[in-house]
Amino acid sequence: MSALDSTTTILASGVRLTVPLAFAACGEYVAERAGTMNISVEAMMLGAAFTSVATASATGSAPVGLAAGVVTGLVLGFVHGNLSHRAQINTFVVGLVLNALVLGLTSYLITTNQFVSHQVKVLSIPLLQDIPVIGKPLFSERWPAFLLLALVPLTWWLVERSRWGLELRAVGENPQAADVTGIKVNVRRRQALLWCGALAGLGGAYLAVGEVGSFNQNMTAGRGYIVIAAVIFGAWRLGRTMLGCLVFGLSDAMRLALPALGVTLNAQLLVAAPYLLALLAMLLFTTQHREPAALGRPFERGST
Amino acid sequence: MSAAAPTSPDDLGRRLLARLRPGRGDWMTAGLTAVLVAVAAGASALLLVLTGGSPGASADAIWTGSLADATGWTTTLLNTAPLLLVAVGACICASAGTFNIGQEGQVLIGGLAGAWVGLRLALPGPMLVVVVMLAAAVGGGAWAALSALMFRFRGVNVAVSTLLMTFLAIQLVTFAVSTPWLLQESAQGSSGIVDAASNQLPANGRLGGFGQYPSVQWNTGLFVALVAAVGVALLLSRSRWGFRVRMVGLNPRTAKHAGVRVAALGGFTLALSGAFAGLAGGLLLASPVGTNRLQAGLSDNFGWDGLLVALVARNRPLAAIPVSLVFAVLRAGGDFLSATGVPYYLVDVVKALLVLAFVAPPVLVHLFRRRCGATPQQVAASSVVPTKVKAAA
Repeated sequence: MSALDSTTTILASGVRLTVPLAFAACGEYVAERAGTMNISVEAMMLGAAFTSVATASATGSAPVGLAAGVVTGLVLGFVHGNLSHRAQINTFVVGLVLNALVLGLTSYLITTNQFVSHQVKVLSIPLLQDIPVIGKPLFSERWPAFLLLALVPLTWWLVERSRWGLELRAVGENPQAADVTGIKVNVRRRQALLWCGALAGLGGAYLAVGEVGSFNQNMTAGRGYIVIAAVIFGAWRLGRTMLGCLVFGLSDAMRLALPALGVTLNAQLLVAAPYLLALLAMLLFTTQHREPAALGRPFERGST
Repeated sequence: MSAAAPTSPDDLGRRLLARLRPGRGDWMTAGLTAVLVAVAAGASALLLVLTGGSPGASADAIWTGSLADATGWTTTLLNTAPLLLVAVGACICASAGTFNIGQEGQVLIGGLAGAWVGLRLALPGPMLVVVVMLAAAVGGGAWAALSALMFRFRGVNVAVSTLLMTFLAIQLVTFAVSTPWLLQESAQGSSGIVDAASNQLPANGRLGGFGQYPSVQWNTGLFVALVAAVGVALLLSRSRWGFRVRMVGLNPRTAKHAGVRVAALGGFTLALSGAFAGLAGGLLLASPVGTNRLQAGLSDNFGWDGLLVALVARNRPLAAIPVSLVFAVLRAGGDFLSATGVPYYLVDVVKALLVLAFVAPPVLVHLFRRRCGATPQQVAASSVVPTKVKAAA
């Protein structure tokens, strides 16, 4: 295999591994800007992956499965939001429990069910896909991947330019002040979690009915945590978060491809890279006030 | 807490009773918890029925595998010890208002440190097992201390950093066990493939059993865990140090004004909780739960489950003792259950639902009372998670 071919291969698998991360990171970014450290993004991805495969198998249609995945994410976002921003249970506790619940539930259900495999179609853009090296990886993908092109700008516009986004950021930076100006803090946070759930669900469903075509036990395998790492790595800016996803996707692709190419690089180091980079990013950024000031702090009226 | 002035026995008794008498909120919490546990059990049974299983037979299998005979009891008690240790650690740092969720990684690092010391040092007799345990505790503590330092000097969110460190720990241990020169004498197993496990711990590096009664194997680990739970409970509720810890958890600002070194104490409790998790890792390594080898799967979710135990016990070390026993029953019974054809994962679902059933009620009661227009004083009197330390009224 020539160097050019192997570059294309690594790039292609890197992009494929990036897409689910990018969807979910797009959602997690919104949740974190609203001040919720949502660790149940793992549960959202995994649950969506399962329901998308189950629904696709039942209806015989992969796009319907994709939609079911989004709905699952929404439901989990709703549950998480109500437990942590209505009932005021510690958001990490809620996240942990949801992760454990969904992991157990999907692992259990997959052993008691058999599903027919369905996959969404590949969409190749003519002409552009013929560009050497980057053509195949970038312009010949399962079609939902191209939704990113719309959803990332939409998310950016929502958070950075719309009135809703302005209020959302206020809620993430200073909930007390936002409350005084009449913004319903916990309602905004629940809305942000719904957006997060929908996108994380799309990411998980894309992984299942897009790339893999079936469901395996714990198939997200910590991707949700990598998504959180990507948002931290991106210093709570959407563009850099997407870049982070690409870096993590490529490092994952390298881990899979390098042994085949005869290059020995420490596999454990490559797996650990996202987490290591996220920790380093936090060490660098937290003192520069890049993270939303109220991140991870619950808001309750009358408390300080 | 307060130095008790000499009082009449009558007065003493009244004070004791006043402390024991539950308030209206506590009754509501207890009732709601009971209802939610029933709902959780019902939901699990429903899941079982929908997938073609039999709830009765499954409950029976869990019973048979965990408590029905000596083998079951042995497995259950062996599982209880590491769960309890992790949970006790979690209780300490939660009392100080710090949320450590990286126990899984701390368990692994504890196991790594213990295995390294156990395989490298040739100490005579039972000295080795003590040193292995100490090394495990120090390893887990150091791993958690890294998060504490990151928080102290750069303000990094503790929950997030401990979570991310868990994944680093998993890779570190995977690296350590697949690197022949580190923990293995012979580079290759009989098949010529590098084993993904360390060598076995020498016999004097393992924890001893406590005889057999009648054929239940008691293990030193259980005693270590029980002593730790009782000791920490006393320390938190009775000592000056424990009072400071709880003060930091309830209101760091007040604690600071009162002259408590909040940052140092918070960091120390985090490291201490890591040390308990590390000790649990050492226990897994040196007792018959594991294979006496370090493997990437050594922690086997003990870290996560221990954390869940602490949540169900609402961060009280003494309550963690029965709760960890329940979780150990589910673990031991789950293994038996999977032998009868029902997947083990059902137990994971039950555990998660159980945690929800115990975590939600106090908060819901708090919310309900606030909705009903309680005065701020009444609200303050009903307790709220996560730092569940109630001043004696």
